[in-house]
Amino acid sequence: MYIGRVSGTVVATIKNELFQGRKLLLVDRLDLDGRPTAKYDIAVDMVQAGPGDRVLVLDEGNSARQIVDREPLGAIRAVIVGIVDEIDLHGSGGE
Amino acid sequence: MQLARVIGTLVASQKAKGLEGVKLLVVQPLDKLQRPVGEPSIAADGTGQAGPGELVFVIASREAALALQEWFVPVDLAITGIVDQVDSR
Repeated sequence: MYIGRVSGTVVATIKNELFQGRKLLLVDRLDLDGRPTAKYDIAVDMVQAGPGDRVLVLDEGNSARQIVDREPLGAIRAVIVGIVDEIDLHGSGGE
Repeated sequence: MQLARVIGTLVASQKAKGLEGVKLLVVQPLDKLQRPVGEPSIAADGTGQAGPGELVFVIASREAALALQEWFVPVDLAITGIVDQVDSR
């Protein structure tokens, strides 16, 4: 899992059946200082996240299929599984 | 899943078992501002409707093998949707 920032939305009409009715969000991967890196994902939102939110992102297929507990199962990988309230790094006094 | 632009098509008459009837497209991976990043790859078209010039999103590795009509065919990159609009800031 990694920490990301929701930076946008993606709209697709023609898509895998699995994504019907699901919200796709653009998520920037953040480093531990909260700065965006060059990496990003198009992730399925399972927690009603929105642009600007700092989120917890899963990027592994088997876990994603467990979270998205609806048929049909299939080609899904990046899923937003939490909205981050706070991170405390040892020795930094938090942020 | 990442954004990519379809930049070409690929035809192979001799293919491994499982790849019969699978449409193969050349895709250029994009960053979130839709600028090309990295080397183009070959993706299987899971939508069946993608064509050159279109903005798509792709799924890589094992999950690509679940994006097509037949599961667990030998592919490592698949197109899972055609993007209409990206709102990014």
